[in-house]
Amino acid sequence: MSKISVKNDTLAKILDRYDKDKGQLISILQDVQAEYNYLPREAVEFVSSQLDVPLSQVYSVATFFKAFSLKPRGRHTVHVCMGTACHVRGAAQILQQMQNEMKISCGDTTEDGKFTLESVACVGACALGPLVVVDGEYAGQMTVNKVKPLLEKYD
Amino acid sequence: MVTLKIDGREITADSGKTVLEAARENNIYIPTLCVNEAVAAYGACRLCMVEVTRGNRKRLVASCLYEVAEGLVVDTQTERVVNIRRMVMELLLARCPNSSEVIDMARNLGVDKSRFQPENQDNSCVLCALCTRVCREVVGKSAISLVSRGTDRQVALPFCDDSDACIACGSCVYVCPTNAIKMEDRGDVRIITWPSSAHEFKMKKCASCGSHFAPEKQIAFMMAKSGLEAEKFELCMNCRP
Repeated sequence: MSKISVKNDTLAKILDRYDKDKGQLISILQDVQAEYNYLPREAVEFVSSQLDVPLSQVYSVATFFKAFSLKPRGRHTVHVCMGTACHVRGAAQILQQMQNEMKISCGDTTEDGKFTLESVACVGACALGPLVVVDGEYAGQMTVNKVKPLLEKYD
Repeated sequence: MVTLKIDGREITADSGKTVLEAARENNIYIPTLCVNEAVAAYGACRLCMVEVTRGNRKRLVASCLYEVAEGLVVDTQTERVVNIRRMVMELLLARCPNSSEVIDMARNLGVDKSRFQPENQDNSCVLCALCTRVCREVVGKSAISLVSRGTDRQVALPFCDDSDACIACGSCVYVCPTNAIKMEDRGDVRIITWPSSAHEFKMKKCASCGSHFAPEKQIAFMMAKSGLEAEKFELCMNCRP
């Protein structure tokens, strides 16, 4: 996977949007994540120095929220629902098939940077279970056989 | 000044004080792990739970954070309080099954065994955050913080490897109530071992006797803070005039 270069002027623009306000740390990190799809280490360090917030505290925030990732993420995020309703209809097998197809374990990103695979406790669409959500799009009534065709729709 | 009752005793305390402070001033024992007068109260360990009664309402509060008030009735030894403390102790014991400090404290509260399954036999960190709070509030460096959440939460340097901000003063080691952070001076290096990682820091050599007496970064920090010139920091304690 090609390494993303972090540009300080891109980050400076984001910081200016919030007047370099320490209280807006989470919003700033969200914008940085939107820019790079994850939080590059250099970006976290730059934000810390510009806001004059200790790096340990920025790191603490960045690791606290599930929405932030310090590892590069794929272009598409696949959430496999592991809620009770999906679980009893075989979510574990769906997740296993996903892992086999992508050749990664849950929480990781594929070699080619295409997919990030994650599990989620419940997305509240239990009638559709077992359910997989790709980039916010719901794919219901999943079966092991439907996994490969679903993934092939994305590039 | 307000008047309150703790365990049936009438007590006066300055308003703004916490129930824990008022109790301690009057020699009433309330167990704690995360309290240290050097830093602000935090309410992490939940061992200082007491029952407060206001009017007809009884509730459990953390006494280290709850402020005294006129007419407040506090009980530190009711069945409910003792039970909740024992429960907290059992949870801490499951978290730190081999920490002698936690084991001793549990025994004092009548807890010998935890009903919960310990996950990590080697862990002795209770996540009271005294180390990170001291680093931030007393030392002023914020070199370490609590990272991640839930079962992954731990004390760590940024990215678990960036010791830039750390001056190796050892305050975190000193303040830890369960000895979860270790420090060793080995000749010209000081090694600090946090639950997440260990790091080496260079020690300064005494210009006279040649012994290594303090971390170089700590001396640089003290020099900047005091405004004294470098030659004041050349000698170790024993060689100073």
